[in-house]
Amino acid sequence: MANAILKTEGLTKHYGGVHALQNADFELQAGEHVAIVGDNGAGKSTFVRQITGVEQRTSGKIWFDGQEVNFAGPLDAREAGMECVFQNLALADDLDVPSNLFLGREIIKFNLGPFSILDRKAMRKATEEGLKRTGVKIPKLDNAIRHMSGGQRQCVAIARSASFASKLIIMDEPTAALGVQETAQVENIIKSLKSQGIPLILISHNLRQVFDLVDRIVVFRRGHLVANLNKTETDGNDIVSYITGVKSQNKNAAYI
Amino acid sequence: MADSAINATQDERQARVWPQELNALLGLISIALVFEALAWIVRDRTFLGNPQILRIMILQVAVVGIIAVGVTQVIITGGIDLSSGSIVGATAIIATSFAQMSTRNGQDFTDAVFWEQGWVDLPLIIPLAVGLAMGLIAGLINGALIAYTKIPPFIATLGMMVSARGVANWWTKGEAVSNPTETFTMLGAGFTPVLIFAGVAILFQLILTYTLYGKHTYAIGSNPDAARMSGINVEKHLVLVYAIAGMLAALAGLVAASRQLTAQAGMGVMYELDAIAMAVIGGVSLVGGRGSIIGTFLGMLIFGTIISGFTFLQVDAYYQEMIKGAIIVAAVVADVWRQKRRAMRG
Repeated sequence: MANAILKTEGLTKHYGGVHALQNADFELQAGEHVAIVGDNGAGKSTFVRQITGVEQRTSGKIWFDGQEVNFAGPLDAREAGMECVFQNLALADDLDVPSNLFLGREIIKFNLGPFSILDRKAMRKATEEGLKRTGVKIPKLDNAIRHMSGGQRQCVAIARSASFASKLIIMDEPTAALGVQETAQVENIIKSLKSQGIPLILISHNLRQVFDLVDRIVVFRRGHLVANLNKTETDGNDIVSYITGVKSQNKNAAYI
Repeated sequence: MADSAINATQDERQARVWPQELNALLGLISIALVFEALAWIVRDRTFLGNPQILRIMILQVAVVGIIAVGVTQVIITGGIDLSSGSIVGATAIIATSFAQMSTRNGQDFTDAVFWEQGWVDLPLIIPLAVGLAMGLIAGLINGALIAYTKIPPFIATLGMMVSARGVANWWTKGEAVSNPTETFTMLGAGFTPVLIFAGVAILFQLILTYTLYGKHTYAIGSNPDAARMSGINVEKHLVLVYAIAGMLAALAGLVAASRQLTAQAGMGVMYELDAIAMAVIGGVSLVGGRGSIIGTFLGMLIFGTIISGFTFLQVDAYYQEMIKGAIIVAAVVADVWRQKRRAMRG
């Protein structure tokens, strides 16, 4: 695991009697883009919630950037350089773009504790740079997020992650609620992350998108990681076979 | 590099963002003009051109305006504070007890609450500190209950509303507290309440706009989960917001007691609803995340204009109460309507 940015071993999560995630062994190399696919309830989001510290795992180990980690919450993961774009976006609708990008890590001009004076110019400038880097165009940065389209909101959420993620970005179905044009915008941003060498885990139901954007595809089924496939060595039908349980690479989860 | 084309409709929609404060300003101008017209029709006299009426109006609303500055911040977090009127009553009567003179008309004033202890003729700082400390404690209790026990702000502050009024009644067993020192009466003399309101309003407008406190207040009201996930200590911040609201209510209590030269346990009744109405009329949204002190200031002027207008038109005080209630409900209905319209626009 010399170049592995993220590794899990035997990652398991039980909700009472429900075994939502079972012994997931996963590895992500530096600069690599990996998709996680699977049916609803397959364990994809559960897997991400354990990695990012949103939930505490039942058992298993996680290594991030060469260190074994035990994040107490998503903030710990964020501070370690792992950013996640959640399905619900986690944006404050009434704040403008710079305020959302810097929420919780504002640039301060004068430190007066909770009444510290914000450096609004610096945050605005950094926002413009961050959006430019990720190829996001927002006509008026000073407008509240609630005045923006779903696509623009998603772009802001991704730009926020991309601006601060030093080591890994995780996106949980980033285009699920978007139209065709907006989906294309988000996909372009993901491609720009690839060219910048930022590793990515993409959860998606859209196989066309997955084949377009990632290097490797991991399939979950009923809480088990059932396939780990190189994009060039598989196709849509093959993936569907793993998703539906016709095929499995995991002996413990064969044909469940 | 990715090309994120934005279509024209989105551009147009984004360019058309109309500040809520402008609506409030237009409302104020319209209402003032309507009353001016009615004044000429009913009394054949000017309403707006009468400086005495405007002076009384601004003085009347300034005390509640101080409360409204705190209530605005509470509402921006998505909360509500029903206790501010009772905090005014409790603060007024307790703080004035520490501001009594030892003599009245050349005689010893033995009715002073702390006559036996000798705590009379105290410097202004003592009643001021006692009053603000009381507001701070009440606010801290409100905030802690809401943030850490997760009970709805409505319930927590309703409890404080009843308890603080109980404290006010218990303090002198219903007796009024009078004969305050000259320095204490300066707080409410002349235009001082208006100046205090203006200072507080400007300070908190700047704080809400330019500081971390302001940014986090809006973020919590807008999306508490996003705020939490961004590393903001939501609970601690809520306690701070309610503590500030409590202190501002206490400050209003001090000014009110000073202005009336006598403190009574019944002071401040319904002030909380007036303050909430001022904020909501000024565009502060009850669902949180939106509003400003400028808006509340305009809401305060609208409120004052309506009340003074009806007084000028010699509308019976009973009808005025009814109309005031209707205004509060109308402001909330307007807010709900605004939310629905926004939701439909997407």
